[in-house]
Amino acid sequence: MSQPLTIVVPVKHVPDAAGERVLAGSPPLLERTSGILSELDEYALEAAAQIVEAHGGAGAGHRVLALTMGPAGATDALKRALQLGADAGFHVLDDALAGSDAWVTARVLAAALERIARTEDRAVDLVLTGMAATDGETSLVPGQLAERLGLAHVGFASSLALAEDGASLTATRHTETEALQVVADLPALVAVTDQANTPRYPTFKAIMAAKKKPVQTWSVTDLGLDTDAVGLAGSLTEVLDAVPRPPRAAGEVVVDEGEGGIRLAEFLVARKLV
Amino acid sequence: MNFELDEEYQDLSDTVRDFADEVIAPVSARYDAAHEFPYDIVAQMGEMGLFGLPFPEEYGGMGGDYFALCLALEQIARVDQSVAITLEAGVSLGAMPIFRFGTEEQKQRWLPDLAAGQALAGFGLTEPEAGSDAGGTRTTAKREDGQWVVNGAKEFITNSGTDITRLVNVTAVTGTTELPDGRIRKDISTIIVPTDTPGFRAEKAYDKVGWNASDTHPLSLQDVRVPEENLLGEEGRGYANFLSVLDEGRIAIAALATGAAQGCVEESVRYAQERQSFGRPIGANQAVSFKIARMQARAHTARLAYYDAASRMLAGRPFKTQAAIAKLVAGEAAMDNARDATQVFGGYGFINEFRVARHYRDAKILEVGEGTTEVQLMLIARELGL
Ligand SMILES: Cc1cc2nc3c(=O)[nH]c(=O)nc-3n(C[C@H](O)[C@H](O)[C@H](O)COP(=O)(O)OP(=O)(O)OC[C@H]3O[C@@H](n4cnc5c(N)ncnc54)[C@H](O)[C@@H]3O)c2cc1C
Repeated sequence: MSQPLTIVVPVKHVPDAAGERVLAGSPPLLERTSGILSELDEYALEAAAQIVEAHGGAGAGHRVLALTMGPAGATDALKRALQLGADAGFHVLDDALAGSDAWVTARVLAAALERIARTEDRAVDLVLTGMAATDGETSLVPGQLAERLGLAHVGFASSLALAEDGASLTATRHTETEALQVVADLPALVAVTDQANTPRYPTFKAIMAAKKKPVQTWSVTDLGLDTDAVGLAGSLTEVLDAVPRPPRAAGEVVVDEGEGGIRLAEFLVARKLV
Repeated sequence: MNFELDEEYQDLSDTVRDFADEVIAPVSARYDAAHEFPYDIVAQMGEMGLFGLPFPEEYGGMGGDYFALCLALEQIARVDQSVAITLEAGVSLGAMPIFRFGTEEQKQRWLPDLAAGQALAGFGLTEPEAGSDAGGTRTTAKREDGQWVVNGAKEFITNSGTDITRLVNVTAVTGTTELPDGRIRKDISTIIVPTDTPGFRAEKAYDKVGWNASDTHPLSLQDVRVPEENLLGEEGRGYANFLSVLDEGRIAIAALATGAAQGCVEESVRYAQERQSFGRPIGANQAVSFKIARMQARAHTARLAYYDAASRMLAGRPFKTQAAIAKLVAGEAAMDNARDATQVFGGYGFINEFRVARHYRDAKILEVGEGTTEVQLMLIARELGL
């Protein structure tokens, strides 16, 4: 490895997918007063941690930086990222961001990444993201962000390894019919799937250390962006309405009285599933 | 006065809770039914640093404290007491005496692997003829040519026979002292006995009522020779040392019992909302909801009791009586809640694979291990001058 790496992991603060999610306001949006780090982002943080470990470890001068755009509560997502190995956090916090869609989010994150490079005085080598956020689940941001920054983009990577010299990476992408091995030169952006690794649970030492790690907060204007280029005003899409998913209807129980197989087949045929 | 957890304690507790729910809970019933020691879970707990929680980083620890260990124990015991007691005994009975009383050399030699969960240590105090009355110890250790020669038997020793057990801290009589009134007192010392020493044997594991996935054996020690420097702490101070280890251990056991009591509440609340009878959830009946409300009150009380004992201990204040109260209250809360939870579950509460049934079998020992309920009452009464 010629130079220490700079890895940025954009993370999102989302309502806990395992808990009750509440729609509120008009148009109705997911309640975001309490939340967690999107679980899928933990795979990106773990990938970053594993890359650091495989290339000389903590003493080698690599930097893993967590970046979030979100309301005040999003500091919780940053805190978790710092517990999972990020060295510093950056928070884009601005009321003007409310209602931002994927398009705007990518614009803001791109500006923040440029600002991070200036602040840190080092070029970003690798951006690692999750494969989707567990709330919106659009998976649009990684590709748009790579496009804006002019980075090679590898989406849905189920494995990721960096070359010994740190100049290129190899990743696996699974399509429905095949597994692709792809190689990309750095700088690059990779969105990793939940198959890429097993995220660690933070140790108490890491929890304590995270308290001492720095977090910088930036407003939209700090990033050199216009407030009407972000939020609902700058967005290409707008949520008009949202309704909770209707409760799942009770299933149909087939009691096997000798002709269970036939009844199952009839069930599938009736729904044109076979 | 503030009972809110500091942020880092809360984060640790939440993290261990997630680990318990996501990693331990799905396999608990299987290990319990197979009476199998969960090596893979212990390894993962080691990676998470749980075995190193109260030890400084220089010995491979996490730089936390005893309370951090208690919080982890509480969260794990909600779903699996066997795993929790493996951690409790490994840290507070196995590694802690070495940290508290060991020489620098002993600490350097043993603690890093113990703190990493890659090795386990046991604490061999109880004997066939000496349980509550540990002064009745019969195992002996005699000095011979720069070695200790240990002979005797131990009973019910946790973590003493796993593939990763590295040593047992064995209490043994190393001499006698004549007291001013003419009575003879046994001098008890603690000796570190590596498990690969010839003459040391972990006998066949017990067929226990509960804690099936935890490792418990009788030990036999026949002419076990270890170097003189394996004496742990001062010669003749073993009795005082293990009493202080047990005082601390009671707080940890109380935390474990609190977790068990809370686990029974959580399961009961869920089931009372789900299970229908006479056209409505059973929890809609006050007979059921009041039962669960009382369970919650017990768990809460137990938690406050162990928080209090732990905070006194960390502040360097006397905590012996508070630890005894916490152990007493929490052990009984676990047992009472397990009985009530199995009642809420009806017939399913009698089926082994259900968590509340496992708690019912597991909770009983919480009124016995690390000082029986009667021993705690003795300590509390003594403090009252009775
Ligand atoms: C699963 C398991 C794991 C264990 N792990 C360990 C371990 O790792 N290390 C270890 O050293 N030990 C361990 N023990 C032993 C445990 O600590 C003892 O069983 C416990 O201290 C009680 O001792 P005993 O069984 O000899 O009972 P006894 O002392 O014989 O007591 C029998 C009954 O008499 C009562 N009693 C005794 N004396 C009095 C008194 N003076 N006044 C009133 N009542 C009294 C007791 O409360 C109890 O109800 C373990 C036990 C079990 C079952």
